[in-house]
Amino acid sequence: MPAIQSPATEEIHPDVALVERAKAGDTAAFEQLVRQYERQIFRVAQHITQNREDAEDITQDAFLKAYEKLDQFQGNSKFSTWLVRIAVNESLMRLRKRKTSKTVSMDQDVQTDEGSIPRDFAEWRPNPEQQYNQAELADILRKTIQGLPPGFRSVFTLRDVENLSTEETAEALGLSVPAVKSRLLRARLQLRERLSRYFRKKQEDQPA
Amino acid sequence: MNCTDLLSHLSDYFDEQLSPRLLDEIRTHTAGCQHCKVVLDTTHQTIEVYKGNEIYEVSDELRERLHTAIMSKCLAKK
Repeated sequence: MPAIQSPATEEIHPDVALVERAKAGDTAAFEQLVRQYERQIFRVAQHITQNREDAEDITQDAFLKAYEKLDQFQGNSKFSTWLVRIAVNESLMRLRKRKTSKTVSMDQDVQTDEGSIPRDFAEWRPNPEQQYNQAELADILRKTIQGLPPGFRSVFTLRDVENLSTEETAEALGLSVPAVKSRLLRARLQLRERLSRYFRKKQEDQPA
Repeated sequence: MNCTDLLSHLSDYFDEQLSPRLLDEIRTHTAGCQHCKVVLDTTHQTIEVYKGNEIYEVSDELRERLHTAIMSKCLAKK
């Protein structure tokens, strides 16, 4: 028997119903949202702060804040984007506290020209996964992304690690879409340049 | 298209937001420019290597600890 279809019905994100139930006081619905996003929020916080303990605190604080402010969530964006925005703000605040003498914001150090013009033109052969084992590779990737300014690191993390769209990334970071695109390009180029040092060095180390 | 033009379209290229005409221009340019071909390939590899490797592992133990802490804080606020 053919299924009854209603082509005019828009697809509603499953989070919408969970958020509505949570707003009405259903703790189990909120707990389901926590289960869905706790890993992602932890990863985002750790990428931005580069500190595991801070990331644990931020993850807890972000969900607590979301729980307290659930009534303010209007549903104009995805629940996950709203949550990521809270976590990003908490992470940047934590960085500010850590570096009391310096201002830490989405704009910090993004004026740098580093990486804007490619300088390394060596190919990566064999590919990174073939050159290094998983632990070594993770270590290189961590060290490399740590070197990016927070404003670039945040954009790259949301867009390329967490797979948010450009628009969602802009919303989560409070930036314009052109600003996200510009920072993403420079973040990608800076990472490429820095990774090339590792991956080409290994090639040069290998016997002919 | 020259090398500077290619660079300005790089992110849109990876985000698959380029018109077929610009895509063709990029293919034509990289066919004759080894430097741009390497930049294109290694930037692609940069994105893929970060996508494909979880560099901050969230163990089940950590996740459970976080989950318990979050829920107990939220329930205390209820």
